[in-house]
Amino acid sequence: MDFEAVIGLEVHAELATTAKIFCGCSTKYGAGPNTQTCPVCLGLPGTLPVLNEKVVEYCIRAGLALNCRIAGYSKLDRKNYFYPDLPKAYQISQYDLPLCRDGFLPLASGKTIRITRIHIEEDAGKLIHSAEEERYSLVDYNRTGVPLIEIVTAPDLATPEEAVEFLEKLRRILMYLGISDCKMEEGSLRCDANISLKPAGTPQLGTKTELKNINSFKALGRALAYEIERQSELLMEGKAVKQETRKWEEAKQRTLPLRSKEETQDYRYFPDPDLVPIELDPAYVAEIAASLPELPEAKKRRLIEEYHLPEYDADLITGSKHLADFFEAVLKHYFSPKAASNWIMGELLRLMGEAGLTPEDLTVNPAHLGDLLRRIDQGEISVSQGKNVFERVFRTGASPEEIIEAEGIRQISDEAWLRTVVAQVLKDNPQSVGDYLGGKTKAAQFLTGQVMRVTKGQANPQVIKVLLAQELAKVRKKTEETAGLARENKDL
Amino acid sequence: MELCDLTLHEIKDLFVKKEVLPSMVLASVVRRIREVEESLGAYLALDLEAAFAAAQAADGRIKEGKALGVLDGIPVAIKDNLCQAGKETTCASRILQGFVPPYTATAVQKLLDQGALILGRTNMDEFAMGSSTENSAVKPTRNPWDPRWVPGGSSGGSAVAVAAGEAIAALGSDTGGSIRQPAAFCGVTGLKPTYGLVSRYGLVAFASSFDQIGPITKDAEDCALLLSAIAGFDPLDSTSVQGEAVDYTKDLERELTGRTLGLPREYFGEGLDDEVRRIIMAAVAQLEELGARIVELSLKLTEYALPVYYLISSAEASSNLARYDGIRYGRAVAGREDLATYYTRTRSEGFGPEVKRRIMLGTYALSAGYYEAYYQKAQQVRTLICREFEEAFRAVDAIVTPTSPTLPFRAGERLTDPLAMYLSDVCTVPVNIAGLPALSVPCGFAQGAPVGMQIIGRPFAEAAILQIAHQYQKVTAFHRARPYGAGRGGQDGL
Ligand SMILES: [Zn+2]
Repeated sequence: MDFEAVIGLEVHAELATTAKIFCGCSTKYGAGPNTQTCPVCLGLPGTLPVLNEKVVEYCIRAGLALNCRIAGYSKLDRKNYFYPDLPKAYQISQYDLPLCRDGFLPLASGKTIRITRIHIEEDAGKLIHSAEEERYSLVDYNRTGVPLIEIVTAPDLATPEEAVEFLEKLRRILMYLGISDCKMEEGSLRCDANISLKPAGTPQLGTKTELKNINSFKALGRALAYEIERQSELLMEGKAVKQETRKWEEAKQRTLPLRSKEETQDYRYFPDPDLVPIELDPAYVAEIAASLPELPEAKKRRLIEEYHLPEYDADLITGSKHLADFFEAVLKHYFSPKAASNWIMGELLRLMGEAGLTPEDLTVNPAHLGDLLRRIDQGEISVSQGKNVFERVFRTGASPEEIIEAEGIRQISDEAWLRTVVAQVLKDNPQSVGDYLGGKTKAAQFLTGQVMRVTKGQANPQVIKVLLAQELAKVRKKTEETAGLARENKDL
Repeated sequence: MELCDLTLHEIKDLFVKKEVLPSMVLASVVRRIREVEESLGAYLALDLEAAFAAAQAADGRIKEGKALGVLDGIPVAIKDNLCQAGKETTCASRILQGFVPPYTATAVQKLLDQGALILGRTNMDEFAMGSSTENSAVKPTRNPWDPRWVPGGSSGGSAVAVAAGEAIAALGSDTGGSIRQPAAFCGVTGLKPTYGLVSRYGLVAFASSFDQIGPITKDAEDCALLLSAIAGFDPLDSTSVQGEAVDYTKDLERELTGRTLGLPREYFGEGLDDEVRRIIMAAVAQLEELGARIVELSLKLTEYALPVYYLISSAEASSNLARYDGIRYGRAVAGREDLATYYTRTRSEGFGPEVKRRIMLGTYALSAGYYEAYYQKAQQVRTLICREFEEAFRAVDAIVTPTSPTLPFRAGERLTDPLAMYLSDVCTVPVNIAGLPALSVPCGFAQGAPVGMQIIGRPFAEAAILQIAHQYQKVTAFHRARPYGAGRGGQDGL
């Protein structure tokens, strides 16, 4: 029997506000344990939460970008449970009246994935467990009260690939909005997945499992694929799938049961009496809507139309807003879209990859790349010289002009001088010349290399190519004449 | 009369005339504390060294005529659920033993800023749950009029301190009557402000949507002075209300002519002690004489107030008190075991029976399958009760009722019967449900025990109910009776 997967995602994104959701503490990642805490986020007796308005604004931005309805009236609720990383023993979240609902996000195939809701909530602290035998755990409350949005999709995804595509698209949008840095490895983007199987072509839904601990896009795809296989094996054997929460084990590439449905907690949600409802003025929402940046899909279309970029280039470059912004900034300095795109996709991404940088860390001045492209086009330096210069620009931040000057790099196009160099090279390499004339055209590359060596790489390759062809033709002619003369003499 | 038996405004006038200095008043208060505290148990902790140091500084200002405000140099007591930086705050609970907050409640900070001398922290029912101050995990507090009686609760310590001259004024908190009922039982004036008027920041929460901090004083004028000092918007409390600062003394001298006062039938029915009824009706007659028009009215939903209150307040409490797990602060139980056992032991040993009862009740009311029938239903009725008050206030300026349906009861009498204890709050909880302002003023004595009259106002109409109370107190002397000193047995002469 064939099965179809029914997949829904619950995505948590940490918002990039400077302050926490209910107090003034910093949200910066990586500070010393418990250095970013105060009586409010530690939940000390008598303290009260005060909602950070930026959090509401960021959530509305996400809602608008994902085509949601923004609720004119919503509220904050308490989700009650005991755990040492939760100092109040309740998490302030939104239960039945989320800030945003009924949105959607289209995939490349044109299929639309419905977004059920987006709500705001506070993050919990972090537990650091000791070695098994020591039996203690430490708590770091720096993360307590860091604002989150939770984005819940309808079960509209049918394959692991769709799920990964959705998450990538979502991540791209959140980053374009500037509301989250979406680093899965730092936990600022987290994804749980619900998955069930049903016989192909039937509407009836199967029993679902919830997958947790998915720490990368790759893990999302693999965990879902694993779960599809596991569930279909069970169903083929006529066994039932248990409704439970399962944990993705990265090391062993498998899911394991975490807790069953019976162990599901009753969170006893109720409206938080310490906070007032969120009532939004439509004008405020309209203001936010007007301030939204161009989103990835629109930007991609525009790059294709405005700059005639191939779809492949446009997709890669709009993968990050930083990269796309960089691309357009380069064009402001020197308008050569395809060249700029090639250099970004080739040299820039290669260098960033080697340095382990993400587009967000990009510090190259776009004016420098623009300047470099202009110099290459004007024949001032060669492409290969340009690559060397760019690598230095990338590493030092110096301008191409500074580097070219300091290194004495220039492209020699002086024909008269170059001709003498070429002639000398041919003279010094009769073997290669012979090879060439004997039909081994590859020998020309060796000869070009020799010219480059003599000129310290500064010869204009285009000029060399022409001169070499001319000089070799002369040699050929000469050789032929000599041969002809000999023949004539013989005939005589 | 001893200085400690004077009102805040009387002392303030003496300060202005430079006839008396703060350290003299403090000395008198401390003398009284030495005399009576052992038998009354109003305080959980005294902080006299700090008070003396503050008094000396205040002396200098008073001498120079540069008082920081009307509270400068006035010895004030605060309830043990109000945080003060560096002072152990326990809510009279074992579970918070050793908890020293690094911050000060906004209301307490306002007192400090105006130069008030904080004497110490007063006893209360554990986490403000109770009506007799017998639920304190530390000790019970006794009624200064007769130590066999309870002082009321939960702000029993604050009410006793003021009544006995162990403080000139005090702060309490009122969730279902915790300021007004002990004020009535101890013969002092106590006011619960409109929800949102006084910041709750630094008040250890019992039931967040009901809790309010308020003054307990010797008369309405003092109440107005203390309220003016602590009221106002606080950016640290989202439920505190924006608005201009108000001087609550400015309407005190206006006459009652033209005011309409309503007597809700439901508060005068079954369960009301005959003597209390007689005394309240006499007080009402007095108000009529002062020019107020008296009308009867009906608040039909009154009978639902107690269940609504106990469902919602317990639900909120179950969540508010969940943080006490012994891990970060407060009392930690010995021994390392698994987390669930640790939580269970900490909370089993740390909370008293009444607190546990409310946590259980509240947890139940919020549980899946019961939420709709209990918590949600109670919230719906709460809305109806609010509307009923709104409706009533179209016809009247204030509503007058007994504060407590009975005289102070005997210590231990209701400890084994929680429902009887809950009934003590029957006249006061509707006010908290609707978030209204209300105060209790002494209006007579029966069998030697004080009786309190409750005056309920429209939202933010504190000035109006204080005016009524003050006009009443101008023609009566019940509020001047004192259990100790020259005023002892003062009620006999009235
Ligand atoms: Zn904080």
